[in-house]
Amino acid sequence: MTFPWLTTLIVVPALGAVLTALVPRGLEVTAKKLALFIALVTAVLTVIATVAFVRNGEPVQFVEQYAWVESFGVYWALGADGISISLIALTGVITPIVLTAMWREAEAERRNPKPFFALVLLLESMLIGAFAAKDVLLFYILFEAMLVPMYFLIGLYGGPQRRYAAVKFLLYNLLGGLIMLAAVIGLYVQAATQGRGTFLLADLVALDIPQSTQWWLFLGFMFAFAIKAPLWPFHTWLPDAAAEATPANAAYLSGVMDKVGTFGMIALALPLFPAAARDFAPAIVVLAVISILYGALLAIGQTDMKRLIAYTSISHFGLIVLGIFALNSQGAAGATLYMVNHGLATVALFVIIGFMIVRRGSRFVADYGGAAQPAPVLAGSLLFAGLAALGLPGLAPFVSEFLVLVGTYSRYRLAGVLATVGIILAALYILLLYQRTMTGPARESTAGFPDLRRRERLIVAPLVALLLALGFFPKPLLDVIGEGVQPVLAEVDVGDPEPLVPAAEGTVP
Amino acid sequence: MTLGEIGEQTVSTAGGVFSAAWLLIVFPLIGAAALLLGSRRLDRAYGVLGCMAPLASFVVAAALFVAMLGREPEQRAISVPLYDLFAVGDYQVGVGLLVDQLSIAFSLLITGVGSLIHVYSIGYMAHDENRQRFFGYLNLFVAAMLLLVLADDYLVLYVGWEGVGLASYLLIGFWQHKDSAAVAAKKAFVVNRVGDFGMSLAVMSMVVVFGTTAFAGVFPAAADASEGWLIAIGLLLLLGACGKSAQFPLQSWLLDAMEGPTPVSALIHAATMVTAGVYLVVRSAAIYAGAEPAQTAVVVVGTITALMGAIIGCAKDDIKKALAGSTMSQIGYMMLAAGLGPAGYAFAIFHLLTHGFFKAELFLGAGSVMHGMNDEVDMRRYGGLRTVMRTTYVTFAAGYLAIIGIPPFAGFFSKDSIIEAAFANNFVAGLGALVGAGITGFYMTRVMLMTFFGERRWAPDAHPHESPSVMTVPLWILAGLSLVGGAALLYVGGGIVQWLEPVTGEEHVELGIPVWAMTLVILAVVLVGVAVAWQIFGRQPLPVTAPAGSPVTVAARRDLYGDAVNEAVFMRPGQYLTRSLVYVDNRGVDGAVVGTASAVGQFSSRLRRWQTGFVRSYALSMLAGAAVVVIAMLLVRLP
Repeated sequence: MTFPWLTTLIVVPALGAVLTALVPRGLEVTAKKLALFIALVTAVLTVIATVAFVRNGEPVQFVEQYAWVESFGVYWALGADGISISLIALTGVITPIVLTAMWREAEAERRNPKPFFALVLLLESMLIGAFAAKDVLLFYILFEAMLVPMYFLIGLYGGPQRRYAAVKFLLYNLLGGLIMLAAVIGLYVQAATQGRGTFLLADLVALDIPQSTQWWLFLGFMFAFAIKAPLWPFHTWLPDAAAEATPANAAYLSGVMDKVGTFGMIALALPLFPAAARDFAPAIVVLAVISILYGALLAIGQTDMKRLIAYTSISHFGLIVLGIFALNSQGAAGATLYMVNHGLATVALFVIIGFMIVRRGSRFVADYGGAAQPAPVLAGSLLFAGLAALGLPGLAPFVSEFLVLVGTYSRYRLAGVLATVGIILAALYILLLYQRTMTGPARESTAGFPDLRRRERLIVAPLVALLLALGFFPKPLLDVIGEGVQPVLAEVDVGDPEPLVPAAEGTVP
Repeated sequence: MTLGEIGEQTVSTAGGVFSAAWLLIVFPLIGAAALLLGSRRLDRAYGVLGCMAPLASFVVAAALFVAMLGREPEQRAISVPLYDLFAVGDYQVGVGLLVDQLSIAFSLLITGVGSLIHVYSIGYMAHDENRQRFFGYLNLFVAAMLLLVLADDYLVLYVGWEGVGLASYLLIGFWQHKDSAAVAAKKAFVVNRVGDFGMSLAVMSMVVVFGTTAFAGVFPAAADASEGWLIAIGLLLLLGACGKSAQFPLQSWLLDAMEGPTPVSALIHAATMVTAGVYLVVRSAAIYAGAEPAQTAVVVVGTITALMGAIIGCAKDDIKKALAGSTMSQIGYMMLAAGLGPAGYAFAIFHLLTHGFFKAELFLGAGSVMHGMNDEVDMRRYGGLRTVMRTTYVTFAAGYLAIIGIPPFAGFFSKDSIIEAAFANNFVAGLGALVGAGITGFYMTRVMLMTFFGERRWAPDAHPHESPSVMTVPLWILAGLSLVGGAALLYVGGGIVQWLEPVTGEEHVELGIPVWAMTLVILAVVLVGVAVAWQIFGRQPLPVTAPAGSPVTVAARRDLYGDAVNEAVFMRPGQYLTRSLVYVDNRGVDGAVVGTASAVGQFSSRLRRWQTGFVRSYALSMLAGAAVVVIAMLLVRLP
């Protein structure tokens, strides 16, 4: 038997959460250091696992399967394909960065940091579990359970409106989850009527579900995912949650946790219900395009920096969903890569805005201005992260955005054109933010702005390095992702559009 | 190894110096990284460090050029593959360089003129506390621009395309503590993004039509594509070109871009980056060959911008803005020529190169004047400077004679070629180009007279002095190029037309009248422009404050209302839309999803009333959830 990588990656942070919570009172700093240590260990493990995955080359690896509730066909079934492993790697790498950024956030709200750190580790464990789950009920349980730590992270440590934001977050996501649960059960019934009742993803994918049933089950799953990843018009919880959560927590929420929604779309909804996915794709493409433009326009109109970034995320989630439902190689691979890249760029934006808020005590754009003079490195970091988010070629999100647009355009011309308008709006919301906060003559409010400190530079540096590396050398990751999306696309069976003019013989080396 | 055909020649790989072509880009990239990320202590050696990289790249470019001369004309296109960017489905993109007659001409211009401007900046930026960063950005620009012209795939070209846009943004806003500079920088980026919208769609269309964006895949297959697609791609590329090259209707950012330090205006907003649109059109000859309406659009855009820029240039009192109008206008000429197809491509590039010499000269000269005049840009505050700034005066005069096209200066050859080609192909475009030449004579004479002649209208604290030699030596070199560059490019070793012929093809349309007659007509028109300017600005004293002026003057001062149109058509409706969406999102969308917005509020406040802690409220909602679960299970299990 091979090493149980995925169980290990789930257990280590979960155990870390328990240990952190058990650290006695008065030793808060020790608890924080312990949590960070565990997160770093997990990060190293995910990187090793990812490298092992890439080296091995098999499309699905690290498969584990133990019966859990045998009579119901529930399994502790885990496995990694190209899609899962890249998101697990993202989660593993981002968590210690976010924890470092959170270092003083709990104290700033006059709260005990110990539960804060323990909850983040618990969340990490659940996220990795959800990305690795190959049993639909296991996925569902984790999908729902991760609401609990996030609910407390927002509700206990957030800003003045935290309770409202936390309850809104919970209600929206719970509603989606419950409808999904109905669909999960419906799926089980389908399996039971066709032979053996099971929740194993592989068995369920093999089912032959009648089209009309597929429609309802697909909609049940998609409803939950469209809330989580927020797609217009189910998005309104995210700006509130992101604005009230601490900046690093907001980073974790929209940078990593919301990816479970788009992950669910591509890894569950598409292979489970291919016929329904084909039928509903045009409608979802419409919603995705609306999300892209709507999110971007609202981002332009925001006065609160955290809400602004939340709306840019809505716009970018629109692009990810668009790519998934283009139902071709470029769209699907681009969307999956975008999940990783959006994670990096959004986390960078949120934590840097967190640095600004620590200095000025306000999250409103109007309270800043001229900060580039006293704090050039801070300004440069914000600009860099912003340029990544707006899809500047050479930085990671560009390749994914371009692939999504190409994939969409090759199937839906008008949607492709409209989505491309988003690149103009993206330039506006990022550069306006930068201009209003960082440029102009020095102002009293920002006069004493200290530049980035050592800890802060340590947080920004790996994000910058990753954004550059994946911008110029996306191939290794994209190869893994490409392998991962192929089986999904084979299920959906639409095929890539052929070029209109085949390349002349012998001209392409 | 033969890799296929681009234009009329085969593309092959080659060893030797060609395999080191990537150093062209890597040198300035390292320079930029070192200057931007390195210690502040590097600042002491900023000059040497800043200039090293472009000079090294120039040496590489020159070596490549010499090696290319040693090959047969049909064997001069060399492919230098570097690495695979990605492969998704059947769409693959590789990062590679195409070193051919066109890209090497650009590389020499970028690194040659670029190096001169770097050297000049040592003096110009000596007292700026952020000079290390300045040189870092300049190096970054050179790297991106070289990637743009050397890339052998449209997607990689696009990376360079945006890279120069970024450098331009950073350098226009270099003095970002000034609001005007920060706003101008943002404007340049956003307007360029409108162009990029077209550029992106063009690249995406290539994937749809050809399944590839590599030059080697697109060009040979272009002839088989439908005319509709070719026209669409041609127009979309033109939109991209309009953004980068400040052509109508995306011209509005260039005049504001003059907020950047003057060497930036010379290098990026005159000699190199803004000509990228012309490069794009010429490089895409294979696309335009099958898309006549798109070519016509290029000619129309070029002609309109040539006239518009010239008219704007007539009314500006700010020396840099007058020159910026002129840049728009001159690039309009290049576009016009590029729109003529094989009959004009070589002339477009010819004028692009000579323009690179004399416009860099003019901008650096203007910078030298500003340097001596406490950064004054208002020409009404100049006057009589020819006696106190001899070198600047003489070298600027060389640029002046070159741009208005007095033989034997460079612009005479290149602009005449364009006007002749325009007349031979399209009378209206020819007429526009001819009139534009007259206006050029007018506004450049105006600049010359207001700056160097007449009485001294200096501000009381102005003590003009000649610039240090680190600035004047580049001026002398560029003046020399403005003098002999045109004739040299046209005649030495067969000349540029023959040099470019394997890439651009050649087509000669006979002019209705003898060439010497055409030349005389053009010269006469230019001299009329000069004479009118002399009549107005040379014979009487100039008021220090600008007179009200005619409606035409007022319109030209306001950039022919380009900003007003943008504001009325895009900005205001956009702001209105954004504001109303924010309003709706805060009230409406929320409400539509969960009953009403207040229902959420009520529900949460009821929860709050019930709760004594968060655990309680969570438990309650879980309980409610569980109830739904049970109901759902019952429903499904019932039958």
